[in-house]
Amino acid sequence: MNFETTIGLEVHIEMKTNSKAFSPAPVQYGSDPNTNTNVVDWAFPGVLPTVNKRALEFGMRAALALNCEITRDIHFDRKNYFYPDNPKAYQITQSQTPIGRHGWLEIEVDGQKKKIGIEEMHVEEDAGKNTHSSDGYSYVDLNRQGTPLIEIVSKPDISSADEAYAYLVRLRQIIQFTGISDVKMEEGSMRADVNVSVRPIGSDKLGTKTEMKNLNSFEHVRKGSHYESKRQQRVLMAGDEIRQETRRFDEATGETILMRVKEGASDYRYFPEPDLPPIHISDDWVQEVKKSIPEMPDKRRKRYVEDWGLPEYDANVLTQTKEMSDFFEETVAQGADPKLAGNWLMGDVNAYLNAKQIGLLDTKLTPEHLATMIKLIQNATISSKIAKKVFKEIITNGSEPKAWVEKKGLVQLSDPAVLQPIIDDVLQNNEKSIEDYKNGKDRAIGFLVGQIMKQTRGKANPKVVNKLLIASLKQL
Amino acid sequence: MDYFANDLTSLHDLLVKKEISATDLTKETLAVIKEREQKVDAFLSVDEKGALEQAAEIDKTGIDADNVLSGIPLGIKDNIVTKGLTTTAASKILENFEPIYDATVIEKLKAAKAITIGKTNMDEFAMGGSTENSAFKLTKNAWDQTKVPGGSSGGSAAAVAAGEVVASLGSDTGGSIRQPASFNGIVGVKPTYGRVSRYGLIAFASSLDQIGPFTRTVKDNALLLSAISGADTRDFTSSKHEVPDFTKGIDGGVKGMHIAVPKEYLGEGVADDIKKAVKNAISVFEKLGAIVDEVSLPHSKYGVPVYYIIASSEASSNLQRFDGIRYGHRAQAVKNLEDVYVKSRSEGFGDEVKRRIMLGTFSLSAGTYDAFFKKAAQVRTLICQDFARVFAKYDLILGPTTPTTAFGIGEDIKDPVTMYMNDILTIPVNLAGLPGMSLPAGYSKGLPVGLQLIANQFDETTMYRAGYAFEQATEFHKQVPMIGGQN
Amino acid sequence: MAISEGKVAHVAGLAKLAFSEEKLQKFTGQMDEIINMVQQLSDVDTDGVEVTTHVTDSINTMREDNAVKGTARELLMKNVPEHQDGFIKVPAIIDENEEA
Repeated sequence: MNFETTIGLEVHIEMKTNSKAFSPAPVQYGSDPNTNTNVVDWAFPGVLPTVNKRALEFGMRAALALNCEITRDIHFDRKNYFYPDNPKAYQITQSQTPIGRHGWLEIEVDGQKKKIGIEEMHVEEDAGKNTHSSDGYSYVDLNRQGTPLIEIVSKPDISSADEAYAYLVRLRQIIQFTGISDVKMEEGSMRADVNVSVRPIGSDKLGTKTEMKNLNSFEHVRKGSHYESKRQQRVLMAGDEIRQETRRFDEATGETILMRVKEGASDYRYFPEPDLPPIHISDDWVQEVKKSIPEMPDKRRKRYVEDWGLPEYDANVLTQTKEMSDFFEETVAQGADPKLAGNWLMGDVNAYLNAKQIGLLDTKLTPEHLATMIKLIQNATISSKIAKKVFKEIITNGSEPKAWVEKKGLVQLSDPAVLQPIIDDVLQNNEKSIEDYKNGKDRAIGFLVGQIMKQTRGKANPKVVNKLLIASLKQL
Repeated sequence: MDYFANDLTSLHDLLVKKEISATDLTKETLAVIKEREQKVDAFLSVDEKGALEQAAEIDKTGIDADNVLSGIPLGIKDNIVTKGLTTTAASKILENFEPIYDATVIEKLKAAKAITIGKTNMDEFAMGGSTENSAFKLTKNAWDQTKVPGGSSGGSAAAVAAGEVVASLGSDTGGSIRQPASFNGIVGVKPTYGRVSRYGLIAFASSLDQIGPFTRTVKDNALLLSAISGADTRDFTSSKHEVPDFTKGIDGGVKGMHIAVPKEYLGEGVADDIKKAVKNAISVFEKLGAIVDEVSLPHSKYGVPVYYIIASSEASSNLQRFDGIRYGHRAQAVKNLEDVYVKSRSEGFGDEVKRRIMLGTFSLSAGTYDAFFKKAAQVRTLICQDFARVFAKYDLILGPTTPTTAFGIGEDIKDPVTMYMNDILTIPVNLAGLPGMSLPAGYSKGLPVGLQLIANQFDETTMYRAGYAFEQATEFHKQVPMIGGQN
Repeated sequence: MAISEGKVAHVAGLAKLAFSEEKLQKFTGQMDEIINMVQQLSDVDTDGVEVTTHVTDSINTMREDNAVKGTARELLMKNVPEHQDGFIKVPAIIDENEEA
């Protein structure tokens, strides 16, 4: 029997606001426990929530970027459950009126483009953090409590582990470009719940699904859903049934392990949050938010190819992250040639970032400096060989390239009046090479150029040197 | 201090003219409380030290001549949080809870230099109508100590009725201010939903709860409500509606005022002595020039089930935070997290609270939501529409506050119709978010009878004007209970 | 509609409350009465009637995204039964799988 796989993803993304979704306490990662919390986060008796306007606007941004319809009349709902990291014992979320519905994004796997539907996406609050200790206690830190989240629920359109991976990459890219989140998996600001089911090809009914919760690596999602699909197929082939259960992805073995069998749906007793009055989203407000959304990668890619003549491949690489794309555009805006700027970013800059395992904004490189350096190369002030030195300096120490080149005396020598005596000197000391040249050995030229570069400590303009050298040899 | 012979205005005069200092007034109040508490048990805690410190500070900085509450000791219902002053909501689950912030109304009172003299008894988490559901003590009716003071704000009402304080704050979710005001022969107002900030009010049912004042006179009530009203950035359900001075034009009379009397409010289950008092009130208003008509609020009869579902549902969720983890009662002998939750909550909550949590949890649970919560929320719309139709033509609705006078302590109300009527008179007002007042309108066998006036949203001014006109035309408010050797 | 003791026990589980057998029976009876009372709502035609979940006039109320420093931790910890090193301490769950 042949099977097809259906994967559904529920992705939670923490939004980068100043204050929490429903309290004015600061949103900050990595602080001392329980220092960014207030009486509202702690659910003290008598406190009430207050809606952060920006959290809603960020939700709208994401919804618009994901081609969703914006729900115009919204309210919040309570999702009730007890847990130590959930002080009110309810989470404020949007179950009846998610801010966005019926969206989509496009993925590409093995050259095949595919639209993946988005069922709905909504704004809600994150829980605190509960750390289990071996002493039989849990330790609760409420700093994260109330951090605004968006939850994005895909339609069951994803049919392979690779598509799931591509969906997440694409989703992260889009969200990152909206500027609402850092989408850092390692800080937990993007987490995915994965539902997997299989069914015989041709069956019109989805199979029973299993769930993996809170995966914080794309690779785990890929491996986990691949394993789960194969496992379910094996179970069905053996004539057994799939149970609705929660499973855990085990990094070490790459397998999924049963955590618990679900007996019926959880009963979260959702109902409209009475403490927060409803909100109407007007046309004007939608337009305003639309305008605030930075240009998305697709549009940027198109512009790079059409306006700046970049190859598709380059345009694609340069729009992988907003950081890179913004940096690239700023470098061009500072007067650098787009093609050269792209080459530097894709080549030396990326190599440097990979070697150091850091992000572009963690370095001292600025678009202005990169543009200046590129201009120095273009107008032959420095050689491409010297440029490597300059690059290292500006990315590690942040020096202004022009000033540094001058200070270090690295300006390329192109003046024949300066170069000719050096050439003459080299020729005088290398009669053997002149002999070789005359005997038709072209290699001699290379050697002589090398000698000249050595004398000038690499500063000589190779083009000028070549021209002058050949002229001198011909005169001999 | 004789609070039977004084109102806010006269006390203010004494303070401004320095005939009495805030400290002396506080000391005298503490003395009266000490004496009369033996009979009524209205307070859960009296903050002698804090009140005297506050009074001394006021005496040092001076009485604020423009501020009628300056230097006046007040009683506060124990579900309103007071920084540093134990606040229990009359529940064992909060037995030793010390709030770390002040409710917005407390901030406002402090800014007005009013003095919090103590926290008053109530039904646990404001669930009940007799104050017998308090985990800590039994409060008695000031007029007859074998009777209940009503509830849930029974302590606040009894304290004012017994002359222990000139005014107090309570909260009203389904009648918890108006009913005890009625049972105690004083004036109690539940303002329009959103008029007073709920920030710092320990939530029972978020869409119904409102804080409001108890006083002995209508004018005092208007004064106190003016002081605690207004939009609050910490309560998004508080209204930005302008807050008028509710005493302005209070003596304007009711001539030409259109008053509606719903026939449902005077039906079966309302005792004859109550009906008589209400009919008398109608003739008083007519004599004063008001036009009184009978109307119908056809969906009122559904108010009780609607209320039980909505209030219990919201409560079941609101009370989940009492989990023994961050504050409040934590059960001993717990082996795991589930124990912490289940044991702390089962030990901490009383039966009535548990019953409502259960009903609410059930109403919201999967498979029940549509037939219960959603249905109730739809019928609530019809109840609101009933009122809107009446207020399109009338300025005020008039009726009894309660179907009977105060019942006996420990007395189970056996007649289901009476029990039902107990709620039906006050609950629809909360469901529709309207302002309602109870004021003395008669006595039966030595117990007060309350008259209820209901106005349109944000029209407390009309309600106060009518209440004041009735009060000035009658003598009911001048009667005082036999307590502390006075009559 | 009669409610079963089993259903009441399930609801108690959701509400994190425990009852003795005797109390459970009593509550079941009381809930049954209330539920019967609620049944009268089914007489009301609510087709197409909107729900009322808020009676405030204050719609579209939002707060600007300005952060305010958190409350002092010592103050927040004042009422906490057990805490350590700035964390709230609770007995661990036995069944790790209950994480919601």
